[in-house]
Amino acid sequence: MLTETFHGEAEIASGGAADLMSDVLAFTTEKNSLLLSGLTNQQVLRTAEMANIGAIVFVRGKIPPPPTIELAEKLSIPLISCCHSMYQACGLLSNAGLPDNGVASILCQ
Amino acid sequence: MSIKEKSKGKNEVNELTRVQELVYEVRVKEVMTSEVVTVSPDTTMRDLMRILRTKKISGVPVVDGGDLIGIISLEDLVKAVADRQRPQDTVGNRMTRKVVFVRADELAVQAVNLFAQHGYGRLPVVDNDGKLVGILTGSDITRGLLRVLSQRYQAEEIRRYRASHIFKDIDSEQTSLILSYHIAAGDFDHGGAATSKLKRALERLGANPALLRRVTISSYEAEMNLILHTTRGGELRVVINPERIVIITEDDGPGIEDAEAAFKPGFTTAADWVRELGFGAGMGLANIKRYSDHASIESLPDKGSRLLAVFEMSPPDKT
Repeated sequence: MLTETFHGEAEIASGGAADLMSDVLAFTTEKNSLLLSGLTNQQVLRTAEMANIGAIVFVRGKIPPPPTIELAEKLSIPLISCCHSMYQACGLLSNAGLPDNGVASILCQ
Repeated sequence: MSIKEKSKGKNEVNELTRVQELVYEVRVKEVMTSEVVTVSPDTTMRDLMRILRTKKISGVPVVDGGDLIGIISLEDLVKAVADRQRPQDTVGNRMTRKVVFVRADELAVQAVNLFAQHGYGRLPVVDNDGKLVGILTGSDITRGLLRVLSQRYQAEEIRRYRASHIFKDIDSEQTSLILSYHIAAGDFDHGGAATSKLKRALERLGANPALLRRVTISSYEAEMNLILHTTRGGELRVVINPERIVIITEDDGPGIEDAEAAFKPGFTTAADWVRELGFGAGMGLANIKRYSDHASIESLPDKGSRLLAVFEMSPPDKT
């Protein structure tokens, strides 16, 4: 846990992973979703704000710079750092039953 | 954080979180009781007994010339009686001198922690000069938080009500609200700040969540385009009226050779540094086109570009 912000009771309806912010923005859903990313700049937070992301997990143990954490507190979005690779982390969450938040890629429509 | 398929009770959760957050925002002085019963070190224990009884309190701060110098409680009084001290013994001899206190400027959460740590029923509140300015109990905090919460809730409700009725209240053939933001080129760190403001404005205007999401995502992509792909930045303008919301961005260069091709997913002119930041994969304009009801771009190489994205109020849903 990297932030003071923590919504213990908040429910996460789905998950997604991307390092490309426009991809995150293309696949957003109505409900709170979880974003896994290897990117730690402030734009991840801005993207999360616009795309109803309920919490962000940074993979490979990445710790974002202080401005990113400050913005997260301001926007009230919890940040988590985990030691798994993106592939492992997605696999674990997917096996645990967290559904995918992507509807369809733009290219596949 | 629990993972469940269905979301329920989301509002209750938000309310609870808001109360929790408030403890970290509200200062002691906002919730304390300012009218404090005090005694001086010269007050006799007999007088103290009378004061505690008539005021129906179980302890009082001891003050000398306004300075907090101790605290004395019912317990101290009982001990004094048990010790068979003379009734004319003074507060000064029996009080606790090491007082746990809280400063008026501190956050309410500090006081909550002190209560938990020491198990006291009340905490004297002092200013920065050590002068007693109030007293705080657990129920003061609860009552104070509820008061601040309802004040803020009302203020936001009123703001929201006024904003959402703006188009009804103003009578004209065509009323539009125009929000303008100047976006500086290369200001990556602040990217999204303008759209964040726009999002709050639209929330107050009562935009439905689906529309809100489509507009803010498009605006964010457009804002990032101005930051990442223009020579000197540009203007982000959002025109809102009861029929539609229109996002317009204008910049003065460098312009795009083939403006229509820019809407194709994957079309990009982005430099590597832009890609490393998570942008520039040629999805920005594609996203804007996807989320808007109509999007077009006019561009002249070396002159600049003008992007237009229209969101109709009805039909309300396009996701």
